[in-house]
Amino acid sequence: MYEESVHKTFDRIKRSKLNAFITLTEQEAVRNARAVDEGRVAGKLAGMTVAVKDCITTRGVATTCGSRILSGYVPPFDAEVVARLKREGAAIVGKSNMDEFAMGTSTESSYYGPTRNPYDLSRVPGGSSGGSGAAVAGLECRMALGTDTGGSVRCPASFCGIVGIKPTYGLVSRYGVIAYANSLEQVGPMARNVSDAALLLDVIAGHDPKDSTSVGEADGVCYSDHLVEDVKGLTIGVPREYFGEGTDKRVEDAVWNAIMRLNKLGADYREISLPHTKYALSAYYIIAMCEASSNLARFDGLRYGLRTGRDENWHTTFSRIRAEGFGEEVKRRIMLGTYALSEGYYGRYYLKALKIRTLIKRDFEQAFKNVDVLAAPTMPFPAFKLGEHMDDPLSMYMADVDTVPINLAGVPSISVPCGFAGQLPIGIQFIGGLFGEPKIIRTAYTFELNTDFQRLPEGF
Amino acid sequence: MADDVIIGLEVHCQLNKLKSKLFCGCSTRQQGLEPNVMTCPVCLGLPGALPVINKKAVEYAIMVGLALKCRITEHTQFYRKNYYYPDLPRGFQITQYDYPIATDGILAVDTDGEERTIRIRRVHMEEDPGRLVHQGSIETSKFVLVDYNRSGMPLIEVVTEPDLRSPKEARRFINKLRNILEYLDVFDGSLEGALRVDANVSLKGGARAEIKNISSYKGVERALLFEISRQMNMKRRGVKVVQETRHYDDERNCTVTLRTKEQAEEYRYYPEPDLVPLSVKGWEPGVRAGLPELPDAKRERFKAQYGVSDNHARVMTAEIRVANYYERVAEKCEPRLAATWVADCLKGELNYRDMDIKDAFPPEKMIYILGQLGTGVITDKGAVEVIRALLNREMGDPKDIILAKNLAKVETDITKVAVAQVLMENEIAIRDLRAGKIQAFNFLVGKVMEKTNGRADPAEVNLLLRELLECT
Repeated sequence: MYEESVHKTFDRIKRSKLNAFITLTEQEAVRNARAVDEGRVAGKLAGMTVAVKDCITTRGVATTCGSRILSGYVPPFDAEVVARLKREGAAIVGKSNMDEFAMGTSTESSYYGPTRNPYDLSRVPGGSSGGSGAAVAGLECRMALGTDTGGSVRCPASFCGIVGIKPTYGLVSRYGVIAYANSLEQVGPMARNVSDAALLLDVIAGHDPKDSTSVGEADGVCYSDHLVEDVKGLTIGVPREYFGEGTDKRVEDAVWNAIMRLNKLGADYREISLPHTKYALSAYYIIAMCEASSNLARFDGLRYGLRTGRDENWHTTFSRIRAEGFGEEVKRRIMLGTYALSEGYYGRYYLKALKIRTLIKRDFEQAFKNVDVLAAPTMPFPAFKLGEHMDDPLSMYMADVDTVPINLAGVPSISVPCGFAGQLPIGIQFIGGLFGEPKIIRTAYTFELNTDFQRLPEGF
Repeated sequence: MADDVIIGLEVHCQLNKLKSKLFCGCSTRQQGLEPNVMTCPVCLGLPGALPVINKKAVEYAIMVGLALKCRITEHTQFYRKNYYYPDLPRGFQITQYDYPIATDGILAVDTDGEERTIRIRRVHMEEDPGRLVHQGSIETSKFVLVDYNRSGMPLIEVVTEPDLRSPKEARRFINKLRNILEYLDVFDGSLEGALRVDANVSLKGGARAEIKNISSYKGVERALLFEISRQMNMKRRGVKVVQETRHYDDERNCTVTLRTKEQAEEYRYYPEPDLVPLSVKGWEPGVRAGLPELPDAKRERFKAQYGVSDNHARVMTAEIRVANYYERVAEKCEPRLAATWVADCLKGELNYRDMDIKDAFPPEKMIYILGQLGTGVITDKGAVEVIRALLNREMGDPKDIILAKNLAKVETDITKVAVAQVLMENEIAIRDLRAGKIQAFNFLVGKVMEKTNGRADPAEVNLLLRELLECT
């Protein structure tokens, strides 16, 4: 029975116009489903189809990060999260498309072509985990793993009308996640409802000794146990800085309606201020680019990945491979990051960004003294057209304004659908304090049960 | 030379006594293996693999810090040193920058009887890169091969203040450092590539050159001698020495310009985000309690326990292996006799051959030799012969050497026969002797020695001659 459903999934994927996957693992998925059917494999995710973002390493399966420079790279090991999926019997359907090295908000910068939004094929699915978002929304898998460095799980969740969680930094192992900005990113679950997202979080969360930044604080917590319909007495903070200039009126209305809905269900709400929000975007991009410039130094074509032309001396060869292997946006961020880390600029940019990060952390700490969760738009506007921001990187960066502060603070956030602008989904994010996943899951679950914003895209 | 030479050293030592590498579980036993077999995703820098600090390495670094009388930090942090090189699989080296594990230490160095204190600026941990392998020489090789077996090997870097005043002093410093690390049992300096040195050299008032790539103990002194004479020659000719980094070419024994100040490297150090700051607060007492006996303490103990001279104690405690060797011998032999043979004879013969004591012969053989000496089977001279033959690898068993080289003292009765014969054959000499010519006695001894091919014990010959002459 699982086998049949896996076959159906692959039929759908093969007919799909979304371009949600870079690599498919049909044989393995079918084999897994058969094993589950025959009772040889069991687990929390037994037979469930899961897509894995292509920056997450999979043993024996090509892992490209959406980049040409990693074309042909087949990792010899599984990321910890993939090992956990396998342990729980998941049927991994393939490696989902993404912005090159997770640098983007639209999945347009993938070397393997852009992914399209199932709600409107002329629009982007969001990014950088756009392949995961589109695959989940387009019924090409039941759930998916994304990574969220500055909103890369929540943005596509919002644009594709699904649920996405950015866990507390350190909750999920990063071992095997190809780093873009190590100090900011987390692997997060994406699914069509809060229950599936919580289930997937149960599987991937937990201390991993192979990742020094992973922690055991929340080991033993069962997130599925917090799928409780109850927000009575809960205080929701509404940070006014998240409704600023550039926020689409339809988004603002949908988010306020959601808050009022929760208020009717017994939650309190109050407007609050996170005063350093306006510095978050700059601080985020400096930190992310600095870390990226160093993380991506290893791609020289020497040991794996792209190798073109004739080998000449070392500098010429690796320079050429990097020139040919990286896309525009990646090169831009490597150069900016390299500049910002250089002697004489380090203090002016990197150190200053770290100071802002501390202030932003404090903003959140302060806020969570008085409220249980925060509610804010995930994205300031719904999915935009393909190509709309491609010539203007800065306007693309601006789209992350509501998601990046959460990564800087390391706190968790869940994005759930809260309305539509025309046929385009709108997302609301509930932000928690450190290890506050149970509360935001409860809030999101209660909201989901009492609303009707989970609609399949037309024709699905 | 001494007054206006200023030298500072950066000494990199592999903590090759650790079982695993600095950030992964790969073994540190990578010498002599096929290339690239002792590797894993972490030390190959494969995308997604993350480093995890080897706690034992931190402990070892603290031990080194304590032995060098450093201040141990409470919080230590790793940094990324970013640069491109094919032996560096991540495009950055994980090292320390701000917050090194230990700072502000000292090491006393003995130079020609004068003890000088060299200040240690810092001790920090870092990973070794891989190794480039050229076919033939670096100039003629058509390609470069990379062996990552060494990648991730744990290193400590000991940085001195510019307190050293001569190449000889620098060599002594490095020897002493090596001895201390070997005492701590964190380092085996005899393994190839275990120690590498960068040296900063200047003449008083002049610009400083940094010499990279010195990879042998002797190379340190040679490289410095070359560089100092280069700078002195420039000074003499009125040419200004420029600040630059120079490469030491061991084969040609010279230093060549690598890059000048204008081309200074830009490493873009920043804290390694994959390794959280490490709190080692509270580690110090435990590590200190586990410190082994260090050279100075051992020297005092040798004097007290074995009654050996200060000089012997000093010679034997400089290297832990010599000290341990001695103690094994002293267990079975008279300690002062053992000290003479280990400190004077064996150590002298080793120095003469530029040999390490671990490549000599086991203490059991020394015990046997001293036993034969004690029971009068061989003479002092014979014992030296046996030791030399063993070190020269002529034969392995002292017993065989004694036999083959005819080193056993001649039996008393053979000596007696020889003495009787000599007395019969040399009546004139005896007459002379009785007439008061003392020299005639020596003549007779010589004759006996001649007859026994020199194997008779001269003292015994002496005794026998006197006995017999009194009778006749």
